[in-house]
Amino acid sequence: MRKILKIEERFYRVLMFLSTTFIGTALFVILFSILRTGLPHLSWEMLSEIPHGGYYFGKSGGIFNAIVGSVYLSLGSSLIAFLVGLPIAMFINIHLIRHTKFVAVIRFLLDLLWGVPSIVYGAFGFTIMVFFGMRTSLMAGIITVSLFILPIIVRAMDEVLRNVPKGLLESAKSLGSTNSEIAYVVYFKQCLPGIITAWLLAFGRAIGDAASILFTTGYTDYVPHALNEPAATLPLAIFFQLSSPIPEVRERAYAASAILIFIVLTVSVVSRILSCKYNKNKINF
Amino acid sequence: MNWLKIFYNRKLRNKIHHSWMWISLGIVFVLPMSLFIGLMWKSAILLNQQSVFDLLFSSEWKPMAGKFGYLTFIVSSVWVTMIALLIAGPVCLLTAIHLTQYAKSWVLKIMAPVIDILAGLPSVIFGVWGILFVIPLLANHIGPFFGKSVSGYSILAGAIVLSIMIIPFILNILIEIFQTVPKELSEASLALGATRWQTIKFVLLKKSSAGIVSAFGLGMSRAFGETIAVLMVVGNVVHLPSGVFQPGYPLPSLIANNYGEMLSIPMYDSALMFSALLLFVIVLIFNAISRLIILRSSH
Amino acid sequence: MHNSVIDIEHLNLFYGKQHILKDINISIPAKRITVILGPSGCGKTTLLRSLNRLTELDASVKMSGKILLNGQDLLSSKEDVTTIRKKMGLLAQRPYPLPMSIYNNVAYGLRISGRRKKKFLNNRVEYYLRQTNLWEEVKDRLREPAATLSIGQQQRLCLARGLAVDPQIILADEPTSALDPHSSRMIEEKFAELKNNYTIVLVTHILRQARNIADHVIFMYMGQVVEQADARDFFENPQEQRTKAYLQGQFY
Repeated sequence: MRKILKIEERFYRVLMFLSTTFIGTALFVILFSILRTGLPHLSWEMLSEIPHGGYYFGKSGGIFNAIVGSVYLSLGSSLIAFLVGLPIAMFINIHLIRHTKFVAVIRFLLDLLWGVPSIVYGAFGFTIMVFFGMRTSLMAGIITVSLFILPIIVRAMDEVLRNVPKGLLESAKSLGSTNSEIAYVVYFKQCLPGIITAWLLAFGRAIGDAASILFTTGYTDYVPHALNEPAATLPLAIFFQLSSPIPEVRERAYAASAILIFIVLTVSVVSRILSCKYNKNKINF
Repeated sequence: MNWLKIFYNRKLRNKIHHSWMWISLGIVFVLPMSLFIGLMWKSAILLNQQSVFDLLFSSEWKPMAGKFGYLTFIVSSVWVTMIALLIAGPVCLLTAIHLTQYAKSWVLKIMAPVIDILAGLPSVIFGVWGILFVIPLLANHIGPFFGKSVSGYSILAGAIVLSIMIIPFILNILIEIFQTVPKELSEASLALGATRWQTIKFVLLKKSSAGIVSAFGLGMSRAFGETIAVLMVVGNVVHLPSGVFQPGYPLPSLIANNYGEMLSIPMYDSALMFSALLLFVIVLIFNAISRLIILRSSH
Repeated sequence: MHNSVIDIEHLNLFYGKQHILKDINISIPAKRITVILGPSGCGKTTLLRSLNRLTELDASVKMSGKILLNGQDLLSSKEDVTTIRKKMGLLAQRPYPLPMSIYNNVAYGLRISGRRKKKFLNNRVEYYLRQTNLWEEVKDRLREPAATLSIGQQQRLCLARGLAVDPQIILADEPTSALDPHSSRMIEEKFAELKNNYTIVLVTHILRQARNIADHVIFMYMGQVVEQADARDFFENPQEQRTKAYLQGQFY
């Protein structure tokens, strides 16, 4: 009896160890296989030039337009999502703290929205665009993406604000602060690193997503100068170039993937450092 | 009007903050409704001509002839999602038990960023990896092993890529669920002379069974809606798939692949918006059920 | 002096770099109620949990010294830790019923050690539920989840669950702290009965409770054992200055 149990536990522990290793290995294989193929084709020209004539047949040029487009798009949409999202998160955790049922409904709704696939947001953005007679443009992309990352940023900030001890709210109130002062002075300062982490998370999502901007942002070989111009983005640059029959163009797609990985990793490392620092400096109650 | 005055007037500032908050919150309430209405509005044209039943259970897809049957795409989506879950589910469950019950602190220190990074990688990156790694693996090794000559672009390729994508997602939920099981409960079982493993089987897994089911449900709906990565490796051929090595054509790929020409064929845009609506409704139902189970069980 | 069941010699316990238990030397007499008394944070719960080696669950805990159960050292024992734990029933601060029916909560300990005969289980479940005065209250709802019981009933169920594996010793960690006065009284009375058959080690910081039921008292302060004595001696004639101060309510 004991023996069978021991063997069973041993068996499952081996399986558990293998699963954990599998996940670690998967990440390694993903990064390794892409970087190995992509890095050799990475050049300064790729980073700094826009596509020249014949670029899509393997001639010279780079994807500067896509890098800039992606940065514009993610900065713009994460800024909008932040401006709309932060008040919501504050609202839930300061003003509505007594209305637990209502807050539960809001959180539930946000979780549902989080689960909606980005392609659905893309399709929706497209219908809105058509409805208002807009053309594919940076602006349309920014709006679509900000809708898509709104639930993400709100829930992330919500988790941070939720952990602020209730005593802080009570003592701030007993000092006579208005709710807005509590929100933007007390809570904002207490949670700043966490809020920045939430923003970085949303930025990372925005720069990586392709399905939501497929219909809305368009694609161009030039760097956009205004919000009503179409813009190229990195994920779409990778996606389009990869479907090319010409090997040189595909190689550039791999190089572009390496760039995208680099950006996303940087965002992830920065937010990890921030949250470590945050835990160190946070006042513990 | 002096703008500085607004800034220094506490009451007024509070008021502005208040209305801004209500507007923002309003967006959260309006957004799901308008998603539904917007997509409905576009698909209404198609729905007026054909019944939902015909659309869902016919596999005849001839946009030029105005025939739109979604069965092929739905079947593809279900195949890809199910196989992905079949791979990711056990891996996540075992890893979550390992990380919360057995793992030493150095394992946690490695795995936390690994899960984080995996969760943060863009889907197009997973697609590129699929083309670079999974497709050749299927075409050169796994396909021949089963005695088949295949291109690699297949349901299975989509499912493999997808499974890796949803692993960090499911894993994070499972870890959170296991961590909410009170330590004292496991201790009570151990104090009765149960082994570690018996305690996991009879107490931990039992206590969190509802949570595990809903974690898989959430993972499934995440997989169902994933677009770009799957699109890049799944083959995109319109026919009813009969095996995992055959190409498939899931719903999200249908939308993404045809947006360019959708305005040139009559009804086509309406048909694509209907598939977006379909996706939206299916995912929403799955998500709502799973979230409700989690909420119910945490009380 | 009664003969002792447990003797602890030079037990030290570290949590990371923190020194939690400092050179503990105590003996626990058989078939009596031993109360470990002390202000919160003095290490009494840790001491209790180290008896059935639940402290091992945390990787950052290091222990040294000897815990002798009937003369056999538990810490260096080759014996399976589950066998050791089975000799001691644990009653926690709050009741933690397992996520299963009332019946299965009691049968759990028997099932995991391989007793599966229906008749035997029925018999034992009834016996131990009667032992804890729970049978009359729950006999018609044995298949309902244990979580549906009141908190006082849950704690008695946890006691029945612990007794069902037939332990030699009952370890109780402030078992009445979450209960109403009536349920607390019930548990205390039960302990007074149970000591005829079991050795009971009770952790508490409630002086009244200690006075009521203790036969033997161990007083701890800041990770050290300050004094151990028979209950009467301890309360009426404490030897140490710190014990006197504590009994007079100068610190908690």
